[in-house]
Parts: sequence; C-alpha cells; structure tokens
Amino acid sequence: MATQAAERPAQTPLETGTPEAVVVRFAGDSGDGMQLTGGQFTLSTALAGNDLATFPDFPAEIRAPQGTLFGVSAFQINFGSTQIETAGDAPDVLVAMNPAALKVNLAALKPGGLIIADTGEFNKRNLEKAKYETNPLEDGSLAKWDLLAFDISALTIEAVKPFGLGNKDALRSKNMWTLGLALWMFDRDRQPIVDWLKGKFKGKPEIADANIAALNAGHAYGETAELSGPLKKLTIAPVESEPGLYRTITGAEAVSLGLVAGAQLAELPMFFGGYPITPASAILHYLARMKEFGVTTFQAEDEIAAVCAAIGASYAGQLGVTSSSGPGIALKGEAMGLAIMTELPLVIVNSQRGGPSTGLPTKTEQSDLYQAVYGRNGDAPMPVIASRSPADAFEVAIEACRIAVQYMTPVMLLTDGYIANAAEPWKVPDPASYTPFPAKFLEEKNAKDADGTERLLPYKRDEKGARPWIKPGTPGLMHRIGGIEKHVDTGNIDYSPANHQAMTDARKAKIDNIVVPDQDVALGDTTGRLAVVGWGSTFGPIHQAVRRARKNGLSVSHVHVRHVWPLPQNLGELLSGFDQVLVPEMNTGQFKTVLRDQLFIDAKSLTKTSGQPFSIAELEAAIGKFFNGTPNDEGGEVLPNAGQLPEPDSGYDDGSRKRPKGVN
Amino acid sequence: MNDMTPIQTTLKDWESDQEVRWCPGCGDYAILKAVQRTLPQIGADPKNTVFVSGIGCSSRFPYYMETYGFHTIHGRAPAFATGIKLANPDLDVWMVTGDGDGLSIGGNHLMHLLRRNVNLQVMLFNNEIYGLTKGQYSPTSRIGTTTPSTPMGSVDRPANPCAFALGSGARFVARGFDVSKNLPDVLIAAHRHQGAAFIEIFQNCIVYNKDVFNDFAAPKGAEDRQLWLTDGEPMLYAGGTKGIKLDLDTLSLQVVDVVDGDWQSAGVIVHNVKNRAIAHMLVELPFGPFPMALGVLYDDPRPTFESAVIEQNAKASEGREANLAKLLAKGQTWTVAPSAADPV
Ligand code: SF4
Repeated sequence: MATQAAERPAQTPLETGTPEAVVVRFAGDSGDGMQLTGGQFTLSTALAGNDLATFPDFPAEIRAPQGTLFGVSAFQINFGSTQIETAGDAPDVLVAMNPAALKVNLAALKPGGLIIADTGEFNKRNLEKAKYETNPLEDGSLAKWDLLAFDISALTIEAVKPFGLGNKDALRSKNMWTLGLALWMFDRDRQPIVDWLKGKFKGKPEIADANIAALNAGHAYGETAELSGPLKKLTIAPVESEPGLYRTITGAEAVSLGLVAGAQLAELPMFFGGYPITPASAILHYLARMKEFGVTTFQAEDEIAAVCAAIGASYAGQLGVTSSSGPGIALKGEAMGLAIMTELPLVIVNSQRGGPSTGLPTKTEQSDLYQAVYGRNGDAPMPVIASRSPADAFEVAIEACRIAVQYMTPVMLLTDGYIANAAEPWKVPDPASYTPFPAKFLEEKNAKDADGTERLLPYKRDEKGARPWIKPGTPGLMHRIGGIEKHVDTGNIDYSPANHQAMTDARKAKIDNIVVPDQDVALGDTTGRLAVVGWGSTFGPIHQAVRRARKNGLSVSHVHVRHVWPLPQNLGELLSGFDQVLVPEMNTGQFKTVLRDQLFIDAKSLTKTSGQPFSIAELEAAIGKFFNGTPNDEGGEVLPNAGQLPEPDSGYDDGSRKRPKGVN
Repeated sequence: MNDMTPIQTTLKDWESDQEVRWCPGCGDYAILKAVQRTLPQIGADPKNTVFVSGIGCSSRFPYYMETYGFHTIHGRAPAFATGIKLANPDLDVWMVTGDGDGLSIGGNHLMHLLRRNVNLQVMLFNNEIYGLTKGQYSPTSRIGTTTPSTPMGSVDRPANPCAFALGSGARFVARGFDVSKNLPDVLIAAHRHQGAAFIEIFQNCIVYNKDVFNDFAAPKGAEDRQLWLTDGEPMLYAGGTKGIKLDLDTLSLQVVDVVDGDWQSAGVIVHNVKNRAIAHMLVELPFGPFPMALGVLYDDPRPTFESAVIEQNAKASEGREANLAKLLAKGQTWTVAPSAADPV
C-alpha cells in the first residue's frame, strides 16, 4: 500500500465540509465491469435519497484489447442533496483501475480531486500500453491531486481466497471491492448490493459469496485508509423531493415503458419491429420482456424490414413501433414516406448518436434533427418530438403514441445516446392519471352517394384532418391503399394535378394543425435579455447554467422545446419577449435553422459535436458573452467550441440588439 | 391455408371497380383471372383476404381485387406481409411480387419471409425483365439479354427463383405460367399449404420481353415440354412417352423413353412432394435437355412463424398479470415520505 500525500490546493472539493454534490467517475478497462459498478453505485445513491444523474461512457469495441487507451470504459455519477440535472462537469473523485483509465480521464478531474488507483495494474506492460514512460503514481506528476494508490488487485485476491477461485476469477471481483470502498466513502448501506449479488448469481452461490466478500473487504479497507490517508467519509443529505414512490430509470427503459403505456392508453396491442443497432437495441431488449402487455417484438432482417413490418402491423390494426439510431433511421426513410402517404399510425424512435455514417456509435449527438424534420423524399411532413431526460422519455413516448393514433401519422421521437444510457431517479407515475386516447376503427361505410347508396371513402378526413383507420377483416370495407398518390376521398390512384395539390396540402395541414401544448419557460421570466432555447438532452446543463447565471443577476431564461415539429403555437410570441435567443445543441446548429425558418427570429447558435454532452461551464461562459459590460457578468471563455460561439453584438444592422417590433 | 368457414362467391365478387391498366395482351391479365377464379373455389372470404405487393407491373395487382389491398414499396412486401400476419394471423394474405421486386431489391426480405415460414402465398410473376421502368434486364434475364441498359447483352448469370426459394428454406415450392389452365390448381395447393407457399409464375411481358417462355408456355403446342408434377404419380410427360428417372450412379435425373406406358420398367420415379433432395434436382433441371418442371415441386409443411410467435407470447404471459402500475414500479424502489411541513 502506497498512500501518498501530495501538494494540493488550499481546500479540496471533498474537504468543503458536507458538499452539496459530488461527482465520481469510475474508469477501468472495458473488461473491468465499470458500468456494473456504476450502475450499482447509482442504485445505492438513489436509495440513500440523493438526487443524481449519470453518464456512462464506453468504447465502441466490445472487447477492446486489455489495458489500451481506447478500451477504457467509464461511468460518471453526479449526486447530491440538491436538484441534479447533469452528470456533472469535472469529477471530484476518479477511480482508475489501470494506467489507461488514469490517462484518459485525468484531464477532467478537478484540481485537488481524489484519485483512487489500483497499483496492482500499474505494471510495466500496462504503463507501456497506456503510453506512460514513467509510473505516474510515483513520478510526482499527480501532485495537483490527492492520491490514494494501493494494490486493489492483491487485496481482492486476498479477500476472496477462502472461496478457492483462481487468480483470474478472483480478480473479477475487483469492481465489487472498489464499490465496497465507494460505499464506505459515502456512508452507504451495503445490503441492497448484497441482495442484488445474491439474485444475480443465484445458481452460483460461491461466486455470489466471493463478490460479497470483496465488497465487504473494500468497505472495511475504507476505515483503515481513513486513518492513514486523504480518504474520508462523506455524508450527503438526501434531496428534498416530492413525496412518493421512486426508482431509477434509464432513457431506454423509460421509452419502452412509455410505449407500453401509450399502447395501453390507445387500447391497442403493440407491434415493435427492430434491428440491432447501438444505442437503440436496449429498447428492443426491454420490450421483448413485456409480452404480457400485448407487445409483439420482431427482430427483422434489417432496418427497412423492421419499419415495414411495423407499418404492416399498423395496417392490420395494431400500434406499429420501430426504433433505431441515425444510420438505421436513414434506411427507414422510404417506408416512413409510405406511412405518411397511407396515413397509418407509427412511432419511430431515434436514439441519436454521432454521425454521419457509422460515426460515433457509442457517443451522443443531436445531429439527426434535419433528418427527422426534413429527411424524406417529397413533401413528407411528420411530427417530431424530443425527450429531454431519461425520465421525460416516458411522457414523450406516450405523447408520440397519442399523436400517431389520433392523427393517423408516423411520429418521430428523438432521444440520444446520452438519454438512452443515462439513469436518473424517477417518481413512478400512476397510469390512471393519464387520459386514455382509445383508437377508433371504422366499422361501416362512412359516406352516401347522391342516390343514397352507402359508400366507403377511406380518405375522408375528420375534424383533425385524419382519415379513418380500417382494419382488414372488417366486413364490407374492402379497399386498397398504397404509396401512389391517391384521390382525396376514395383513395384510388389519382395523378391529376389538382388532386396532388389537394393531397399535398391536406397532408401538410394535418401535421401543421396538430394540437401541441403551449411552450412554457423551464426557468426564469417570460421576457428578458436572453432566452436559452434547448431541445432534447441538453436540458440538464442548460438548466444548471441558466440557474447559476440568474443567481448572478443575469436576465436569462431557459426555454426547452419538446414539440420540435410542429412547434408550439405560442413559441414565436414567447421568444419575441427576449432581446436575444441562444440555441445550444450538440450538432452544427440544426434547431437554430428550424427556429429561424419557422419563426423568423435571429436565433444564435452554440454548437458542440465532440460526442460529449455540454458542460455547465461551457454554457455559463456562452451566456456570459451576452452580458459583457453588465454588472455581475461573469463572462468567460468557452474553449472547446470558441470559434463557433455567436457574437451577440453582431445582431442587427443598426447595431441594436433589440428585435424589431412585430417580427417574431 | 386458414381453416375458415368457406364463403360462397363468384368470380365477379373478386373484381374491383378499378380499370385494369396493364398493357393489352400482358400475361398479368391471365393470372388475375386465374386468381379470381381460384378464390371462389377455395371458399375464400373477401373481407379476410389481403393482397400485398411491392413495386412493378405485377405489384399493381391488389388494385384489381375486391379485397383488402396494400401496394407498398419496392421489394419490401414480404416485410409488410410479415407484420400483417403477426398482427392478425387470421387474415388470408397473398403477396404479389416480380423478378425485380422479389429477387433484386427485395431478395433479402423474400429470403427471410421464406425461412421464417410466414403463413401466406407468395406469387412471383417472372417475366425476366423490368417492365414498369421500360425494359431493363432483370436478375432472372438470361445471359445475352439485350435491353436499354445492356445494349450488348447482359453478362451476369440469372437467378433461379425456385432454387432460391428452396435454398431459403421454403416448405412449398411450385411453378406455373400465366395462360396455363392448371394455374388455379397450383394456387389451390399453395393456399392449402400451411406456411409460406412460393409460386413462380412465368408471365409474358409482351412489350419488353415477348414470348421468351414460348418453348414451354406457348398457349398451344408446347405441352410436350411441360413436366406437370403430381404427388404420388410417375414423372411422365410428352403424352406419357417420356419420363424422369433417377440415375443411381451419378445421383442425377435423366430423361428416359417410356414404351407402351410401361413407366415402371423404364425406371421412371414417382413424385413425392415431401422429397426435398429430389425437389432440389427438379428446381435445377436445365430446360432444353429436360422439360420444364411445373406444378407442386415440393410441399412439406412445418410450424409457421406466427404460430410460434403467438405460442411464445402466450407462454410469456402465462400467470403474469398485465398490470402497468406494477410494471412501472418494478425493480428497486424507495419512498419519499411527506415531510412535516407538507400539508397532509
Ligand atoms: S410492361 Fe410488360 S409486364 Fe408490364 S404491363 Fe406491359 S406487358 Fe405487362
């Protein structure tokens, strides 16, 4: 054991008494079980009543070569006694299971933060693989931080010795040893983890026991280390939350549950067509286990077949759903056009990832907005809604089902890699509190000829502009539909100019007139100097940055848009109450374009495409730039995307920053 | 295919009010009539019948049937049909595709439909050409086919639809041609089969690929080059003067002469629709030295995809309550109690 006292700032983050929030990052080799460790630590955090947000960050390779820099897998959690909206910017504690994990994650660590490192893995071979010339644990290069370095590997082997495992198997419990230490550090109950281990290794009690022994040993070690080093026990008070039943939830789970709930509210069986793709597959996995809710899952031969089968199921009277990520959504484009043309309900979930092409399969981005809104051949309008957080994905999935069924249209639901994988506490909703929107099927002919003969008009629209849903099997309502332009009423093939004009208009009007709730302000006043307008998973960092800016007296508000297409009716008017509009997004400015186009406002862009979520600091700095020269303005630099920052003063030709009256 | 109460209908009941828009003289007309003639015979119910198609001349078929119809997108009809059958297995689904739609752009989907064994009928109209796009060569065009896209003749080897189907795992493979009087019998057999029934129908595109099947499918005079297969019957053709024998030395089929109807001594084999090995030989028989093998080449049902899915869905739901509130609250939960300050 080599605990080493190091030079550090006057006060480290962990020494500020009882911190409001702490950010811990577990990093190791992809084989080290860091995601599992993080997941269980999350659970224990939630059970302790802290609010939290997590950010799993793992490599695209399933089994990247051991010890390499690109094989590092990390899990970050931000938890505290106040509202937590992001996974946190810089960690206070970094657990590094090998040299590569240290190297990849060190830059993010706060000065004075704590490094916990396993010296057992800092051997010559691993140091070389991580491209370290000397051992950073020994060469003084970590002086900026607190370092707690000891041989976790050896301690784990020692702890599990009584169970007769070989060294290789014994070392698999290293993550539980580490988790035990972390549980001690934050004064957590071990029992839920013990229960979980017993359940997980039901058939192999000796493995369960070994892991429990490792967990306990790690925990016991905390006491020892406290006496001799920088480690200390911290207690973080539970967050004040609304009373009720809570659980943690990831975005992928929330989408799945929301879809099931949506189908139930529509009183329809659900058909889910999917094809394996990162990071969307988890939805297929969850739904495959919910068959008792009338869910049929179909793993198709490709993305196209997945969406086509879902449309086929919708045609036959179920709620068709498909899901994918950017490249797969591109493949589904033509079929979405058919669903638009045949006006059948369909929900398409896009868990966005970095693109174009294969891009960054395991990293997050919001760059499929254009694809969602504009990305089909022909005039093919389709509603698009976006979830802002893992828990919010539940509500948004229900909303997607509602729009699809009530308006007979495909709907795209945007989430992203961050939302899909991240977890947060969720107040379990009461399904009875949602208003059902039962699907209606046409049972008899819906029109009369001049001579009184009853007639079926498959494209006769209701007050919402939706055509009737007609299940094959219904007596007397046989009819044909397809992708060729159809007559406005009969649905028979009709290429005539006036008819195509009328049908194009009708399809557009139907989507334009979808009733979406009015846009509210997530934080701040309804008028002011600056509106920061976000959509999707940027909610957390924007919210925190706006909160901090407002604390500093800046006139800034946070507006977060769920209904990306069509936009809420009042959005233009709301934003016209602000001098400036800033749109941070993890793409090159796609929503900004939509806002400029639809609302004719001078929205400025703050973009980031590094595959990582925005940090609060970046956003604070960007907000500050709009307040240069005003009291309490913190200002600041945004390094990662400095070149992409808008210049607030470059606004209008007359040099004013005010929006001309009457323009919105 | 589905055990449903037979419905009394006539050919007229199956004609939609839409004007048929194929080229005059197109083989599609004959197939349409054959289907409309077949459906009353099998007691099919228009309201339960769905025609699903992709894109191409053949895929216009659903518009002309007074049934439910879904004209989908190029090549993807198998996927739509799969979704329809999984959502409502009681529907009687006929899929209509062509050589381009089914074997080129949609080859992948067709393969998976057949291997999964979705309970429906697939009619692949093979005219060895792209008609709707004005006459380019197709994946079944013979080498040397001269078209606007192959002015010097095509050079790639054609696909064999029945061999493709059998190789994909189809449990029913049959062949017919547009003007054949036997086509309804083939369709009836396909409909009776539980599972994916694949029927290749040679179809004359009189505009872009006229009469390419005349050697065996001419309305008259080509009968001697047709080997109509019937389960349990000897493989005889040319008015019983020729037959097919299995040569045991080379394990291949051979043409033999049959004298005075004595096919036994000529070694002619009896067709067994369940013999998959012979089926592989039949689909590959080179036309010319051999007659064209027609009728039901192979028919050996296996449990269908949708029955397996339904069974699994039922099993998964057994003893499990579909309680959404419980589902939402699954896993480890914790309760935040109202604090003293909160109003009770
Ligand atoms: S192009 Fe050929 S296949 Fe198409 S309708 Fe005309 S004749 Fe028939």
